[in-house]
Order: sequence, then C-alpha cells, then structure tokens
Amino acid sequence: MLENAWIIPALPVTSFFLILFFGKRLPGKGHELGIAAVGIAFILSCVCVSQWVAKPADYHPPAAHEASATTGEASAAPEGGEEEGIRQPVVHEVTWFETGDTTVKVGTHMDGLAVMLVFTVTLISLLVHIFSTNYMHGDRRYTHFFAALSLFTAGMLIMVTSSTTLLLLVGWEMMGLCSFMLIGHWWEEQKNSDAALKAFFTTRTGDIGLLVGLSILFVAAGNTFEISTINSKALSGDIAHGVVLAAAAALLCAVIGKSAQFPLHTWLPDAMAGPTPVSALIHAATMVVAGVYLVARLYGVFWSGFSIANGTVNPLAAVGGITIIIAALLAFVQSDIKKVLAYSTVSQLGYMVMALGVGAWTAGIFHLFTHAMFKGLLFLGAGSVSHAVHSFDMKKDMGGLKKHMPVTFWTFVIGSLALAGIPPLAGFWSKDEILVGASENGYKFFLIVGLVGAFMTACYMTRCVYLTFFGEYRGHGHPHESPIAITAPLVVLGVMAVVAGWVNFPAHAAEWFGKWTENEVFAVAGVQSHKFAPGLAFAGFLMGVGGIAAGWAYYARNWGPHRLTERSKPALRGYVFLENKYYLDYIETDLVVGSIKGPIARGAYWINQQILDAVVNGAATVSRAVARFTYDYIDQKGVDGIVNGAGVGAEEGGSVLRVLQTGRVQQYAAFLFGGVVLLGGALILFA
Amino acid sequence: MYLNQFLFLAAFLFCVGVYGVLARKNGVLVLMSVELILNAVNVNLVAFGAFHNTVVGQVFALFVIAIAAAEVGVGLAIVLLIYRNKHSIDLSEVDIMKG
Amino acid sequence: MDWFDSWALTLAIFVPAAGLVVVGFLPRGQETAIKAVTLLTTILTAAVGVGILTRFDYDAANTLQFTVNRTWIPVINSRYHVGIDGISLPLLALSMLITILCVVYSWDHFPEPHNPKAFLMLLLILEVGMNGTFCSQDLILFFVFFELVLLPMYFMIGVWGGPNRQYASIKFFLFTLFGSALMILGFLALYFRAGETFDIPTLIQTASGAIPHNVQLWIFGGLFMGFAIKVPMFPFHTWLPDAHTEAPTVGSVILAAILLKLGTYGFVRIAIPILPEAAKSWAPWIGGLAVVGIIYGALGCLAQRDMKRLIAFSSVAHMGFVMLGIATLTTFGLNAALFGMVAHGLITGMLFFCAGSIQERFHTRELSRLGGLLVQAPRLGWILGFCAMASLGLPGLAGFWGEFPAILSSYQPAAGLSVGWFRTFMVIASIGTVFAAGYLLWMYQRTAFGTPKDEFAKAHIHDVHVPEWIAWAPLLVLILILGVFPNLLFGITNDAVKSVTAAFGG
Repeated sequence: MLENAWIIPALPVTSFFLILFFGKRLPGKGHELGIAAVGIAFILSCVCVSQWVAKPADYHPPAAHEASATTGEASAAPEGGEEEGIRQPVVHEVTWFETGDTTVKVGTHMDGLAVMLVFTVTLISLLVHIFSTNYMHGDRRYTHFFAALSLFTAGMLIMVTSSTTLLLLVGWEMMGLCSFMLIGHWWEEQKNSDAALKAFFTTRTGDIGLLVGLSILFVAAGNTFEISTINSKALSGDIAHGVVLAAAAALLCAVIGKSAQFPLHTWLPDAMAGPTPVSALIHAATMVVAGVYLVARLYGVFWSGFSIANGTVNPLAAVGGITIIIAALLAFVQSDIKKVLAYSTVSQLGYMVMALGVGAWTAGIFHLFTHAMFKGLLFLGAGSVSHAVHSFDMKKDMGGLKKHMPVTFWTFVIGSLALAGIPPLAGFWSKDEILVGASENGYKFFLIVGLVGAFMTACYMTRCVYLTFFGEYRGHGHPHESPIAITAPLVVLGVMAVVAGWVNFPAHAAEWFGKWTENEVFAVAGVQSHKFAPGLAFAGFLMGVGGIAAGWAYYARNWGPHRLTERSKPALRGYVFLENKYYLDYIETDLVVGSIKGPIARGAYWINQQILDAVVNGAATVSRAVARFTYDYIDQKGVDGIVNGAGVGAEEGGSVLRVLQTGRVQQYAAFLFGGVVLLGGALILFA
Repeated sequence: MYLNQFLFLAAFLFCVGVYGVLARKNGVLVLMSVELILNAVNVNLVAFGAFHNTVVGQVFALFVIAIAAAEVGVGLAIVLLIYRNKHSIDLSEVDIMKG
Repeated sequence: MDWFDSWALTLAIFVPAAGLVVVGFLPRGQETAIKAVTLLTTILTAAVGVGILTRFDYDAANTLQFTVNRTWIPVINSRYHVGIDGISLPLLALSMLITILCVVYSWDHFPEPHNPKAFLMLLLILEVGMNGTFCSQDLILFFVFFELVLLPMYFMIGVWGGPNRQYASIKFFLFTLFGSALMILGFLALYFRAGETFDIPTLIQTASGAIPHNVQLWIFGGLFMGFAIKVPMFPFHTWLPDAHTEAPTVGSVILAAILLKLGTYGFVRIAIPILPEAAKSWAPWIGGLAVVGIIYGALGCLAQRDMKRLIAFSSVAHMGFVMLGIATLTTFGLNAALFGMVAHGLITGMLFFCAGSIQERFHTRELSRLGGLLVQAPRLGWILGFCAMASLGLPGLAGFWGEFPAILSSYQPAAGLSVGWFRTFMVIASIGTVFAAGYLLWMYQRTAFGTPKDEFAKAHIHDVHVPEWIAWAPLLVLILILGVFPNLLFGITNDAVKSVTAAFGG
C-alpha cells in the first residue's frame, strides 16, 4: 500500500467529480459517495500505518557528514538488539513533464510523517463527513458541500503524500480553493463571501513566499522539485547558507499565511462564517496544519536556514511564540464559541511552529497529531451545541446545557481538558514534549512563553466551558441532545483525545510515535528528540490546573477583580485593544487592501486613462490637427489657391475691363484716337 | 516750297473730322467726318509726293479715294439698317455691343 | 499520404478562404445555409488540423514539418514558405478550435446589426490570417497574414460593436498598424543587411553573424514595437481595453484567444531566434515592462466597474507573465510562455464567453448591478467561477503552468542576464498573483455571490443554452486536462524551444 499510496488522494478526487456531476440524482444527495471514498481512504491509510510500523529500520545515513550525523547514526544503527531506528521512505514516482533537460516527476513519498498525516486527515475527514450528514441536512447546497469536502480532503492528502514541492503546491492551493468554497458556502450573505475572500487573499498573500521559496529551492537544489533532494542538499551545505536562509524566510511567509500565524492570522476567526463541520476540518486536519506540515516536511531547509541548532532566537520560534500569547489573549474576549476555538487553534498552531522553531521536531508534529483529535472534537462539539440552540453566542444563547446535552458536554469537557494539558489526556503529552524541547535546546525564553500559554489556554477554555454548559440556560426553546450521526463522531474523537497521547508514552522502549515518524532529515540534521522530563511535566500540569482554577474562580465563583475595565482607564484601553483584535484587521483590510483596491487601483487606472491613453489620444488629436492644418491652409489655401487664383484673376480682370465695353462706337473711336495720341507722344518723346 | 500750308490744311481737316467722329450723334455726319479724315490724309499724301518730286503719293491718294468710296458704301448701308431697326440714326442709342 | 504532407498547411490556410468564396455567393437571406457552410468550412479546416496533429512527428518537434517552399515574389526573393514545428503547432490547433467554437456560439445570437453573412465571412478571413501567420516561414508572407487579421477585426468591432465602437475600432487599427510599420522596417533591415532574403530559417542561420550588434539592437527595437503592441505590453496596451469592451463577444474571444498570441508568437518565432544577441540586451527591459504590466493590469482591473473591461485588463496582466517567461530566455521560461499563451487563450476566451452570455441575459455588464448569478443561473455561475480560478493560476488548471514556471525561471534567467533584476521581477510577479486572485474573486463575489438585485429579482434568467454548452465544453475540458497533464503541451513545445534557447546556453 505504501507503494501505491496515490490511490488515497485519488479516491476523494474521484468522488468530487462524481458528486459534482451525479450527486443530486443519488438518494443521499451525494454524501454516500463522499463517505465511501473517504472511508476507503481511511481503511487504506490504516493499512499504510500497519505496513509502516512493520517496516524494518532500513535507513543508513550517508557517511559523508560525520559531524552532523554522529547523533543520527547512533539512533539509526541497530545496537545489539535495540529497537527500530529510522525507516527508508517509500517513494513512487512517474514523470509529469519535461522541460529543457529537466524531468519533473510526480509521485508519493511515504514516510512516518506522511503516514501519520494521512491517517489523521482521513480519520477526521470521515468523522466530519458523517457529522455533516445530519448537521447539514436540508441545506440547499448539500451536494456541493460534500463535493467540496471531498476535494478539500483530496487537497490535503495530495499535499502530505507528495514527493515534490510542485505537487505539494498543487495540494496547497487546492485547499485554498476549497476553503474559499466552504467558508463562503452560504454566499447569499455578503459577510460570508467576504470571509471567504479574506481567507483566500490572506493565504494567497503568504503564498507569494511559497512561490518565491520553491523557485529558489528548485534552482538551488539543481533544477529539481524533489523534497528529499532539497532537504539533503540544504543540510549538506551544497547550497550556500544565504540562499537557504532566503528560501526559509520566503517559506515562512507561506507558513504564516496558511497556518494563521501572527500577523496574518486574521482570516481564521472570520472563516467561522463557514459551516461548523468545515471549521472542524480546517482546524483539525487540513488547511491550517498545512503550514506546519510544510515546515516539518522541508525541515532541512528551515534547520540550516534559520540555524535552529544554535539555540538563539530565530524567526520561526519567534513567530510561534508571539502567536501563542497574542491569540490566547484574544480568546478571552470572544463571545462566539467558535471564535474562542478559532483563536485557540491559532494559539496551538503557534505551539507547533514554535516547537519546530526550537528544534523539537517530533514534539511539533506530535502536537499536530493530538491537536487534530481534540480540536476536531471541540469544533464538532460546538457544532452539536449550535445545532441545539441555533446560535453560536455563548453569552446570550447558551448556559446550563450540561443537563440537556450530556454526551456533548462530556466529550467537550474531555476535549477542553486535553487542550488544557491535563494528564493523561492527549494534549498533556505533546505540550510537555514541546516544553522539554525548548528547555533542552536552550530556548529558555520560549519555555516561559509555552508555560504562560498553557496557563492561558486552560483559563479561557474554562471560561468557554462554563459559559456554555454551566449556569442557567439563557437561550430560547428547549435544547436537546443531538442525534447519533453527530454524537458518534464526538465519542470517537473523545476516545482519541484521551488515548492519542499514549502513542508516545514515555516508558522504556515505548515512545512509538517518535520512532515511527522520525525521518532521514531528522537523522542527517542531528535533530534531538528528548526524553520525558518529570519536572517540566509537573510544571505544565500545574499551569493547566492553575489556569482552570483561576478561570473557574473568576467566571464561575465571581472572585477577583471584576469590573476592572470600569474602574481603570488602562484596563479599559487594553480591553478595547483586544476587542478590536489589535487593530490588525483595520491595518490589513482597510489600510492595505482598501488602499490597493481603492486609491491605488483608481490611481493606476487614472494614469491609464488620463496619461497613457491621453498620450495615445493626444497623438491622434495632434495628427488630426496637423492634418486639418495641412488640408485647410496648405492644400486648400496654398496649392489649390494658385489654381483657383488663376481663374479668379481672369474673371476679376474681365469684369474690370468690361466697364470699357460700352458698345458705343464713338467711345471706341475716342479710345482709338487717345491710343494713337499716346503712341505718337511716346514716339516723339522716346524715339 | 509751301509744304507747311498744305500740312496745316490737312491738320485742320483732320481735326474737324475727328471732332465730327467723336462728337456728332448723327450717323451720316460721322461717316462724312470719316471722309474728312481720309481727305486730310489724301492732302498730306499728295503734298508730300509733290514735295519729294514723286508720284507715289498721288497713287496712294487714289487708292484711299477708292477705299473711301467703298467704306462709305458699307457705312451708309449700316446706318440704313440701324435706322430700319431703331427708327433713328443717333449713334448714342446704339450700344448692343455693350460687354 | 505524401500529398497530405505537402498540402496540409496550404489547406489549413486556404480552406477557410474557399469557404469564404462559397459564403460570398450565397444570398443574404439564406442564413441557415450560410451558417452551415461556415461551420462546415471551419470543421473541414479543423479536420486538416487533426490530420496534422496525427501525422506530426513529435520526436522531431524542433524541425519544421509539412514544409512547402515555392517561388512567390521573385523580385524581392520572397517565397511561399510554410512549415510548422512544436512552437507553432499548439497555436495553430488553438486557432482552428476557437474558430469553430465561435461559429457555434454565435449560431443563434448574432449581435446587432445581425447580418450573419458578413459576420461569418469576416470570421473566415480572420481564420485565414491567423492560420497563415502561425505557418509562415517567410517574413513577407508572415507580414501579409499578420496584417490580414486587422481588417476583419476592425470591421467586427466597428460594425457589431458597442456604443463607442468607432473610437475603439479606429484606435485598434491605427495602433497596431503603427507597430506594423516599425516591424516591416525591421524586416526590410534584415533583408538588406543579411543577404537579401526573407526566409526565416535562413535568417536564423545568418543574421546574427552578418549584422553588427548596434544595428541588431535597432532592428530588434523595430520588431519589438510591432510585436509588443500586439501582445500588448505596458505601455502600449491602451487599445486593448477599448477594443475588448466594444467588440462583440465573438470578437473579444478571438482577440483574446488568438490575436494577442500573434505578438508573443512573433517574439518566439522571429525576433529572438534571428537576433539572439539583441534579445539578450533587450531582455531586462522586456522583463521590466512585463512585470509592470502584471501589477499595472491588476490595478487596472481593481478599478473597473465593467466586467468585460475588467477581463480585458486582466489580459494585460496575464500577457505580462507570458512576456516575463519569454524575457528570461530560458527553456523553462519559454515553455511556460507558450503554455501561458494557450492557457490564456482558453481561459480568457472562456471568460469573455461568460461575460458575453451574462450581458445577453442581464443587458448590462455593470458589476454593481449584477449579483446572485449562482442563484439564477447556477451552471453559468459555476463555469464563471471555474474560469476565474483557472485565470488566477490555480494549480491543477491550465493557467498555473503559464504563471509559476515563468516566476520560477526568472529566479535564474539565461546566462549573462542580470540576476538581480530578474529576481526582483520574480518577487513582483509573485505579488501579481495575489492581485490576480484579488480582482478575479472580487469580480466573482459581485457577480455570482449574494442575491440578485431588485431589478433582476423577477427576471427569468436562462441557464446555459445548448450552443453554449457545445462551444464551451471543449474549452473547459481542455483547461482541466492541460492543467493535470501539462506534458501534453510541454512535450510538443520543449524540443522546439530547446533549439531556440540553444543560443543562450539552454
């Protein structure tokens, strides 16, 4: 199956077209095709997982790089019956096209990272499909919704299985398209289509970096899009450090756009305009994790470009760290349950990016894995709640839902606890590994950021759970538990949110996750994976519990400095600053986009019409004026004037002489004599 | 020789003739004045011929007389026709040649 | 089939002319007969095209095939020399395809003042000119066909166009003619400086050796003006929005799909191979104007209120990508440019079809009055969305292969070109892709999303008609297929492009 992994993305692509063209005629309006395709893909990905786990550790790092490979070789070389080392990726490629003497290939590159993501994506997507059959029931574009879900899944699967950066780009942009389609699913309202456009533009802005970065890497790695070649050349020093740094910086832009990192995170909360299952899919398994995946996949480039091994501040870690805090703060002031979760996702993506930035590769993608489970759960839970109360507003329409919706409540609580990092749930293990990585690799500052973030995460999730499920019901009508199609995915994900962290359980000879996913880049670069550190784990646990306690005390027990904003000017200002989301939306939407769309575009068009076109029209006007002058003055009055003048002169002269022709004989005779006299006089005078 | 006297006579005749041609309205009178002019020329021709002791002048004078006769014939015929058309021989009324 | 090899191109060029004569003898009233004969003519031409496609030797795509070389005007040593290689073949095929689709599309809705006979005759003249240009291997022959297309397009805009048609048609005609005048000067200079021949393959061999460098620069300048106006490159583009806005739908489609390609084709076929040295000196300027065009065209789009004018401006931006690819003088860049030409022909042609159909249904192209197309005509809305996505260069659709490789190859232009400049161009062009997304989606949002405006809320809007399906389906399918299997096109052009770029070290 690892050889023929192309089938996995091919299935949802096929179902996309089938649903699009035949979906409406089917009894289930197309959802059966989507579920079947993704279901089969899920089964195949399970086969992939088992084959990958069963695969022997057959990778041997090249001997050329002694310096960096020492640690790698230690983990790769089987030492006296030690557990498996790193597995050789399974690559299967065909020629896509040729240009010049360069052959561009297309194919699949299956290694631990890809297999893990294929599993995660197909699982979440399958559950989202099932959830949507009920949640979206009766929607007027039900069929199109499932078609787009299929294509979305396909895009992510293409991206994670791709062996070349070019195909990766294809998957990346396909997701951009699908997010556009799905966020704008209810496009009758301007708000929704605006959000869809914003998502597309913002990620596309980041994609400038992707286009540039991939171009740099294509040339630098010797006219190839091969990811493995790019990684190994970036690590071996075949590419000058400046070039790798430029490429890494460019790709970071793409990551910031796609993974909603500061300062391009603004599209993600707006993307809540889409249907809730879509949010779950976007946040848990596709789209936003694409950026994190890009870093993990091209880790060689980032590792040597940003000199991550040096343990100083680097852009990747800095962006992640800033995003953790910035987004977590925003989560406190939201009243829309989905927006709380959205900012939480932004914050957690910050964790992943920071983890990769501090050199904790395994921790980063482990967090990606666990986060997919509990964030998918939380979003579907929010969907279930809104299904019952027909609103997303926690403050106005929710509260006290604990007794009305027990399944939703318990699964949501499990998800929240996992997110808050309470052992033994999934989030605890992955978050702890990130903290250990930051600490061990010398990024002490980011350790503190991580701990503060953990506290804040726990705190705002407590607020969210309290407002939604505790207290008195503030909405209208009678909320009731959702049907099985909705609760079943919740339960499945609830179980996953509990157990997902155990795959890297820090026992002797366990920590399977690291062993399965760590790839040859990891070995060549000498990335360290760290053992479980009880002290830090305890600190993280304390932060989680402390956050929950603080949140509970403040929101449920009403302790602490309430109404601070009414008493203190600075606090009010800070609150307003947060309410306005740091004014980033104003800067981006109104200042940058507004000015390009408005004055700058109009200015350019003005230049076009008033200057460039005026030159053209001016040239025409001038030549017409010259022509008129030539015709009027030179031709009509000059050349033709001479001709006409001859005639006119003859006529005028005739009419003058005519006066003499009186017809009277005697007058003629008088002229005759006068003439004779004159002639005679002249004869006398001059002769 | 008394050439001067002849020349004076001829000049006088010529002037009378010119006056008649230019000033008189009667067509017949104009024709007669033309005869005077011609005769003035004849006087001159004969006088100069005698003065130079040659007969060429007299020969020319004879020619002039003959032509004058013809001219008067034609002229009187024209005057007759004018009279027939206009019942007048006043030349000032004849301006059909006006341009 | 030897007769076919020697007659194929002549047939491809002159079958439409024969059809033209037949249509000319039909009385004006017999519209069905006129349409049938025209359709038959275009299909026959395309059949010849299919024959060419099947008998073309793809392994020798860098050599001229189906050549005919006969005496034409001995006095100036100009010959009837036609032939095609991998560069011309896709464009020739595109021209044949688009003409058929235009006949089909206009089957039931000829623009005012109707008169199908004259309209279709002009269309056939256009096809003669277009096919001839892509086949010519002699400068004078090329010039004749190149100019031949001006006249029918002039009448098409001037007679069947919109309210401002006279201004637009005259502007189009004079502007392009101005460029042609400089171009023919360049041709004459080549003729006198490089051995008194107009034969393109011969000139490729001899010209760069025979002409001193500074003269080459001037000659290239003349050719540049001729082709750049046709492309059109910034700042010679101002005829384009007017011509497109006023032209009837079919005119716009042909203009966008084929006529603009004559300019870029001229660069690849004539200017660059014959004068490689001069091309190298000019390349940074061409690249610079190309990226200015990309950004500038996009800004122009953002300022539009008229849908068709917006698409017209987008052509300026897209042809900027094509010219950027050409300016890199690399194999990948030129391949991308050729791909971009075909892709732009398909996609923008399709967008103009959509704009025409929307205008026909709503009698307006004002973006502010449109809206909710997806509610009233969902299929048309989907097609428009598909084309917008293809046009903004979404990977997996044809537009991507003209755009990304052009950006990529400007990172590493041909040896000897300023790397610094071209990398700057690369970044600017990448920013242009965001702008492209901006104006296209913004247009899409305002036409397709939302609910219909009050004035059209009650109107009965037809979804896509049968003739429209027939005319559009091939384009839509090709956009997708070429996007997924780019080798269909790269495979044809690559060898021919390699022989062009050999002069620049690949």
